[in-house]
Amino acid sequence: MSKICIVFDRLRSEEKLLRKEAEDLGHETSVLDAKITQINTDSKKSDFDFGDVVLERCISYFRGLHFTACLEFLDVPVINEFDVANNCGNKLFMSLLLKKNNIPTPKTYFSFSKDGATENVDKVGFPLVIKPVIGSWGRGVMQIKDKDTLDAVIEIRELTDGHYDRIYYLQELINRPPRDIRVISVGGRAIAAMYRKSDGGFKTNIALGAEPELCEITSEIEDLVAKASKAMGGGILGVDLMEDEKRGLLVHEVNNTVEFKGLVKVAKKNIPKEMIEFTVNSIRK
Amino acid sequence: MNCPECDASLNIPDDASVGEIISCPDCGADFEISKKEGSNVELKQAETVGEDWGE
Repeated sequence: MSKICIVFDRLRSEEKLLRKEAEDLGHETSVLDAKITQINTDSKKSDFDFGDVVLERCISYFRGLHFTACLEFLDVPVINEFDVANNCGNKLFMSLLLKKNNIPTPKTYFSFSKDGATENVDKVGFPLVIKPVIGSWGRGVMQIKDKDTLDAVIEIRELTDGHYDRIYYLQELINRPPRDIRVISVGGRAIAAMYRKSDGGFKTNIALGAEPELCEITSEIEDLVAKASKAMGGGILGVDLMEDEKRGLLVHEVNNTVEFKGLVKVAKKNIPKEMIEFTVNSIRK
Repeated sequence: MNCPECDASLNIPDDASVGEIISCPDCGADFEISKKEGSNVELKQAETVGEDWGE
């Protein structure tokens, strides 16, 4: 049996389910609050009780990413690895990797200033979708239907002037049914999937009230998820697919630290069990 | 235990763990359980939702 440490910053039902499943499987399990943990450049693995492997589950992306960097510095095996978290946490990096690996994905336009963004849109035309390169739960994702909307978004970004506001990530608007597909991938295996239906808007995030409905995992989904997972570096991921009316399935997002409290109630497979078994097996390789 | 913000009575389940969030039913303030030893529970102000929160 192994010793698993779940690193968190807000103990949600997912982390409690993972802890329970790990204990039920007979593993010694601990939970560690990243917010109150101190690490320094002289720290040693033996200074902490990280067990045999860490499952990083911080709700804050940057906290989790930087904590993972420290864990890898200490030679502590961690799921997901730093590179995976980094690849998935930034939509621009993620889109580049999907395309580089020949995975069907929406056409996405990048520019690095307001003038660059305006010029880009002048060439491409409307409608487009703008997304913050770092962000989740559909926040800051907006349809850009006309120049007035684009100008308003640019003006707000100029005013807030955050680090990532200068990076413009504009994506084609996909013609699709009012839903998308969320697949939970564990080590490249699609273990559960659901449709996320919008309530009339174009966003389909569960966090915004989209209705979950179980989705059958087809061989096409299995194949796409395996490829998307490999492109990001593996681990435990949430792969999001859209059903384009002409091109079929497109991978539009791959998520690190995947949430599953809705899907766990209807999934055929035991999601937290699959995650724990993968985490334990990752250190046996 | 009472809400540090409005003094309303807080219901903290026996199986609640350190790191979990407790919301006050009266004022809506969120608190994080920072320590729990039997019935002795300590709370601290919960972090507000950050821009980088999520998956």
